[in-house]
Amino acid sequence: MLEVKNLHVSVGGRKILDGLNLTVKDGEVAAIMGPNGTGKSTLSYVIAGREDYDVEEGEVLLDGANILEMDATDRANAGVFLAFQYPLEIPGVATMTFLKAALNAQARAKGQGELQTPEFMKKVREAATKLGVNQDMLKRPLNVGFSGGEKKRMEILQMALLQPKIGILDETDSGLDIDALRIVADGVNALRAQDRSFLVITHYQRLLDYIKPDTVHVMAKGKIARTGGPELALELEKSGYAAFTGEAA
Amino acid sequence: MNKPFFQRQRTEAEAALIDRFDQGDRRLVGACDLRAAAMRRFAEAGLPNRRVESWHYTDLRSAMRTAALVRAPETATLPGARECLAKPLAQTSAHRFVIFNGSFNADLSSEGPLPEGVSATSLAAALGAGDQDVLAALGDSGPGEGDAVVALNTALMQDGVVIRIAPGVKVERPLSIFNIISGGFAQATFLRSLVIVGAGASVVLDEITGVSVPDATQSNEALTVVVGDGARVDYSAQVAEQHEKAVALHSLFVMMGANAIFNGFCLTPTAGLVRRQIFARLEGEHSTISLGGLSLLRGRQHADTTLVVEHAVPNCVSRELFRHILDDESTGVFQGKVIVRQHAQKTDGGMKSQTLVLGEDASMNNKPELEIFADDVVCGHGATVGQLDKNQIFYLQARGLSRGEAESLLLDAFASEALELVADEEIRTRFQTQASDWLAARSGR
Repeated sequence: MLEVKNLHVSVGGRKILDGLNLTVKDGEVAAIMGPNGTGKSTLSYVIAGREDYDVEEGEVLLDGANILEMDATDRANAGVFLAFQYPLEIPGVATMTFLKAALNAQARAKGQGELQTPEFMKKVREAATKLGVNQDMLKRPLNVGFSGGEKKRMEILQMALLQPKIGILDETDSGLDIDALRIVADGVNALRAQDRSFLVITHYQRLLDYIKPDTVHVMAKGKIARTGGPELALELEKSGYAAFTGEAA
Repeated sequence: MNKPFFQRQRTEAEAALIDRFDQGDRRLVGACDLRAAAMRRFAEAGLPNRRVESWHYTDLRSAMRTAALVRAPETATLPGARECLAKPLAQTSAHRFVIFNGSFNADLSSEGPLPEGVSATSLAAALGAGDQDVLAALGDSGPGEGDAVVALNTALMQDGVVIRIAPGVKVERPLSIFNIISGGFAQATFLRSLVIVGAGASVVLDEITGVSVPDATQSNEALTVVVGDGARVDYSAQVAEQHEKAVALHSLFVMMGANAIFNGFCLTPTAGLVRRQIFARLEGEHSTISLGGLSLLRGRQHADTTLVVEHAVPNCVSRELFRHILDDESTGVFQGKVIVRQHAQKTDGGMKSQTLVLGEDASMNNKPELEIFADDVVCGHGATVGQLDKNQIFYLQARGLSRGEAESLLLDAFASEALELVADEEIRTRFQTQASDWLAARSGR
């Protein structure tokens, strides 16, 4: 279970998160929606452990342990996975080399032995086929020259291989056409499980047609302004965010 | 004739080097006029220092306060040399020519016949016999004319190897030139080698310097490669383990005919002070020269790559890519000059220097220069100096890699991309292993 308690975060003296509270239960898919510049990406980066943020107050608990005291590596190994809005291109690092390094790092953290190459190859191939990631992409340097859709599929492939406790999808739908959106959503839905939760960050209701959320949170001005069920997303689609930004002000 | 109003006082090293020549080392065989003219040039200029523009970032006069001695050949110990050779030899299938403590050594060189179409002799033998081709080639330093370190090499060259490859011959095995300086005391060597590649021939050349050097040696080496029309040369050079006070100076001269290809790559994994100079002249049309390098420095190491590529004729291509990774307090220097002569129209030149600075006190000096006298050319250069991308590190950490692993992966990628320029697979693999060892040593600290 992920619990965010009274989180205050600023960047360069500018307040971004202002006492945010959020709970995502095991197995729950929670959507966060909100206008531009309201701190949605900041929230995802702060949970994943990016260093540029100044956490002034509050806690982020994963199964009761405060992960704010861990570095990004330890959080990943504890089960936090962030699917980036803009996955980084890493020239010179072969995708397979990277995937193996990531899987082995997490295996070591869990006290398991490293994967043997044939076993690793099989795992990657199976997951790749499901997501329409072709072998050619796996041979290229990580994300280099990938289209927007290919990059997002690569993120979901990594999530499928790493099997996190909580998957944070930061605007995974941005830059995707309808077909790619469906493939990515199917990939996420296949990973839904009793002991795995998701935080789905999006501007639009469309993604939630494919990934059905259990709860929908509206974020405005650095905090959760309203929480509801899937019907809240539909309401937002009709009325927009103006009421909520007003409500939060 | 008017004497200069102010004569700079010679340093101890300069005086010792001039003395050595004046007193006549008995190993300085042949080429008397060439040597004497070169020594006059050196005596006038002295050791290069910050006031000499092309040596601004590497003050050799300060770094070389005293001149190391030249060792007499009979004091050489062969068992030590064999030990030094064991590791590099295990990794190469090349036919090797070994220069040991300043003299060509047939015992340590490969046994058996030379590859077909290849002939070789020691430089001392060629100079002793007054070989005119050799003298002519050594007398032409191309754009390196006037460099004091080159002059010093010409004046004091002890030995080396002269290799000729007959026209049209494709040499199957790489040819390696090993310069070994082995133990006991800080000594100096002045080596000069010459490779003449006939028209339409091709060869892989591999030059390794100072395989195991426990002392503050001073080596001044030069290699001239004459690439015939339609010939191809894949050249790689590396400075191996060096004492922190060692000084390694290396000058490469490349003279290219028409329709020729020269691919050169230099690896500098560890060194005291290294200066690598490349002087290339494209003398025949439709030729391509590609030069690359990777320097991996730590501690207080200093590595300088200075190159001059001269396009003397139209329709040639030149490419340069040099990468540095600088840790601790190390210093990197890259000076690249591309000269396009007035008639060298349709020249295509591109030069890049890319550096990652890891140590807070490390520094990089980049000086790219274009001197273009023709009006229909495409020439460009770019130099970047930066740190590892923290966003990339975060991305890798967010997948569970430790910070150290993430850094190593990114550094390895940066190095590997440069090493892809090495055409010969065996040599590339050897360089990759060395780069990985360097990175592993870094992350293990």
